[in-house]
Amino acid sequence: MGYDTEVLVLGGGSTGCGIARDLAMRGLEVTLVERGNLTHGTTGRMHGLLHSGGRYAVSDRASATECIEENEVLRDIAGHCVELTGGLFVQRPEDPDSYFREKLEGCRECGIPTRALSGREAREIEPYLANDVKRAIEVPDGAVDPFRLCVANALDAQIHGARIETHAEVIDLLREGDDVYGVRVRHDSGPGRRTHGVPGSTEEITAEYVVNATGAWAGQIAAMADLEVAVRPSKGVMTIMNVRQVDTVINRCRPKGDADIIVPHETTAILGTTDEEVTDPDDYPEEEWEVDMMIDTLSELVPILSEARTIRSFWGVRPLYEPPGRATEDPTDITRDFFLLDHDERDGVSGVASIVGGKLTTYRAMAEEIADHVCAELGVDATCATAEEPLPGSENLERLEDGMDEFGLRSPIARRSTKRLGSRSRDVLETDEPNPVICACEGVTRAEVQDAISQSGTDLNAVRIRTRASMGNCQGGFCCGPMANELHPEYDEETVREALDDLFDERWKGQRHALWGEQLSQAMLNYALHATTMNRDRDPANAGPSALETGSESLEYAAFDAGEGQ
Amino acid sequence: MAEMAIEDDVLVIGGGLAGATAALAAANAGTKRVRLVTYKQSTLRHASGLIDVLGYTPAGKGPLTDPFDALEELPHGHPYERVGIDAVRDALSFFDGIVGDAYAGGHTDRNALVPTHGGTVKPTARYPAATAPGLASDDRDALLVGVETLPDFDAPLAAAHLEAAGIPFDCRGVTLRFPGITRDDAKVTRYAHLLDRNESVSTPSGEAGAREALSTAVRDHFEGEPRVGFPAILGDERADDVRGDLADTLGADVFEVPMGPPSLPGIRLEELLYDALEAAGVRVTSGVPVVGYETGDRAGAGRRTERIDHVVVDRHGAEIPHRADQYVLATGGLVGKGIESDREGVAEPIFGCRVPHAEDRYDWFVDDVFGEQPYARFGLEPDRELRPLDADGEPEFANLRAAGAVLGGYDYAAEKSGAGVSIATGYVAGTRSAEVSE
Repeated sequence: MGYDTEVLVLGGGSTGCGIARDLAMRGLEVTLVERGNLTHGTTGRMHGLLHSGGRYAVSDRASATECIEENEVLRDIAGHCVELTGGLFVQRPEDPDSYFREKLEGCRECGIPTRALSGREAREIEPYLANDVKRAIEVPDGAVDPFRLCVANALDAQIHGARIETHAEVIDLLREGDDVYGVRVRHDSGPGRRTHGVPGSTEEITAEYVVNATGAWAGQIAAMADLEVAVRPSKGVMTIMNVRQVDTVINRCRPKGDADIIVPHETTAILGTTDEEVTDPDDYPEEEWEVDMMIDTLSELVPILSEARTIRSFWGVRPLYEPPGRATEDPTDITRDFFLLDHDERDGVSGVASIVGGKLTTYRAMAEEIADHVCAELGVDATCATAEEPLPGSENLERLEDGMDEFGLRSPIARRSTKRLGSRSRDVLETDEPNPVICACEGVTRAEVQDAISQSGTDLNAVRIRTRASMGNCQGGFCCGPMANELHPEYDEETVREALDDLFDERWKGQRHALWGEQLSQAMLNYALHATTMNRDRDPANAGPSALETGSESLEYAAFDAGEGQ
Repeated sequence: MAEMAIEDDVLVIGGGLAGATAALAAANAGTKRVRLVTYKQSTLRHASGLIDVLGYTPAGKGPLTDPFDALEELPHGHPYERVGIDAVRDALSFFDGIVGDAYAGGHTDRNALVPTHGGTVKPTARYPAATAPGLASDDRDALLVGVETLPDFDAPLAAAHLEAAGIPFDCRGVTLRFPGITRDDAKVTRYAHLLDRNESVSTPSGEAGAREALSTAVRDHFEGEPRVGFPAILGDERADDVRGDLADTLGADVFEVPMGPPSLPGIRLEELLYDALEAAGVRVTSGVPVVGYETGDRAGAGRRTERIDHVVVDRHGAEIPHRADQYVLATGGLVGKGIESDREGVAEPIFGCRVPHAEDRYDWFVDDVFGEQPYARFGLEPDRELRPLDADGEPEFANLRAAGAVLGGYDYAAEKSGAGVSIATGYVAGTRSAEVSE
């Protein structure tokens, strides 16, 4: 059975969701398909820096200028996704003075407001900076929650009539002659919200125009229609600390290098990163030395990091791209600019364009440019409104602060929930039903979890990225079970069990890179709670059909102690 | 050192199940001066209160109907193999004597299957009296009652899960609003105290005692099941009365499903043990860390093994030497912080006893979260009288024994053997210390 749409966007990262929102707001009929969750690729695997542009002020002034412009736009339209932390470029004694001067000058030329600080002044702002820090430049860097931002874009696209399909992997890009006319996707559990246990299906979706916004995977998708897109995926590690050692974004002020940024993020601080080219964006080594380098190198700026608790590490893959002929050797030298590859112009194949490169801070501007291109291709005359219209959750935020009551919640929890939900707080949190805390580390209540489930079905990782539940110190040890319980009775027991296993496995994956000290103790406690107390590791319910196949007998309850006198 | 040393015959470090058992065993064996020092809150508060002995073999066979069948075949180095099967039996009898009627299961060698708050069942050897009517290996039908404001236990879901696990009876679950609980984030101890004190609460039909109000709320859903299960919040100090009253008004047996932290059954067990310590004349000092130790003369001419002369206890800033003839280390495993680690290695922090572990921390785990996790087996390697051994296989100290989760070589979570190992090794370490200190 076919489904026809005007524009089909491939990829549910910030770029794809941004394009879907933009086009839907212009009145086009849009469908977006994503292989995993929203943010599953690169968007959910970055350090969450809202660039001021300072980072590129020496090497790439065009990008720097674009960053500061979009930084200001996002504060307006995505206030509930952004924390205005401010940032510092910190110079150590061994870092070159000349670069510090170039950085100041570059910022000035790009319109990035700065203030030069002495080492002492910098330490007054961030007391944990090393004693020998020489000086610093203050810039308007910030932190952005990429999950919340991306989900809000998708939600707004839906509000404007778009169809968003997650867990829908493109298995073929359909081409006839010199025209790309759609895709075939495989739904993990049928179309619509994901439901564990519902059998998969395939669907053909045709469109007048296809936008390949799959980032590091763009080459793989293009190849399905015999098109070549030479993406150069580059991996970077991020290590998450359990508390915020700093409340300001800390950048190392030196030309380039690994492990040169700390971004305070909600309850955590994220250390980043490395830059290493990989061949397959789905399969690359995640290595011990990378984690050690984050801690050891960034301890030069913030010494207490060397003894601090990390809760997990994760890797992301940048969708770097170079136009043919540049052949840069070091991936750190590859431009961070984005490229719209019009395959009609480039390869003589109509109906499709690929987007590669780019960065989260400028996702909206990219989306605007691509939407302009799509409109031109389709002969639609409509203007972009995404720079003015706030995202759902960010409407009238300043008025919201005044009128906010606490929804019957204790104040720290109410504060955190309302920060996450923004202007949606009242809709989500106002309930006559009991609203207990489900995730104590991040202060997430039942109402917020239920709101996320209503958006994303049984995929608890999708609930996690919407709410931050299970992203704190315990990494889900305490709250995975209660989160899964919230799926019942809408979903049956077996579905809940599978959903819980998926979330628990995902939480374990990142913790493996933090298994020492406090977090190893936490891992053992989590293991004990789930294996000792609940016996989830040897759950007889999981033995069902497979035990029958192997011929082993089902559990014989009568052979066990039934109690004295029974 | 200016401070006068405190002198004892046996000094136990650590106040969890293993440490308490060791101190009680030492006192029971006739030692006059037994002292127990503890620093952190014990992990009993995290534990379900069930006394698992062995639910599965290290190779994963099980659930074992009879743990004693499998104890004979445990691999070399397993704590049960170290102390021997007779000691495990003696230790369990000793435990049964301490806890009396508060625990059941001692009438048979067989394991019982207990429903967990996640809806699975698990094999265990001893279970609190509050849990006894709720066994999954008992074939009477059951009603499970959950509470809207306790998201850890979803009773209808748990009932469905138990049925998927093949339980031999019909099980239903309902969810209620708990009478008298006004805050959505009330602690479990608040529920327990409400029932303990039988506080007056408002109900749709006027004021009533908390126990009666709870019964009334359940009765609306009750269909004559012979037993009714609740999350483990049914009272703290007067838990027997609370259950008795609920059972009388409902006309059914009432039981508790063990829960995660903070665990009332764990807290109740801790209270039982501390009452027993007091009755046995064990001196208990809480909230004080051991921060160092000094060795004395070697044990006899030509012997290379050192003796601990005294340990240094930090009592609120004052460093007080504590001297004893024999020492028991029962400081717990990774969770209790008796075993610590950093990026470079794994260590026992008080005495620096050897903890075998791979050099590369990426060899401390396997990728399958429930796979054979090397970290779960971190701990000391002891000889047969539980003295931790050094790299040459010699005791680290002549007069130091170790008990409970500080020992390595077993995965209590996979085997379901945590409490059993703590009791057996605590019993042996305490008894042996008493014997040699005479």
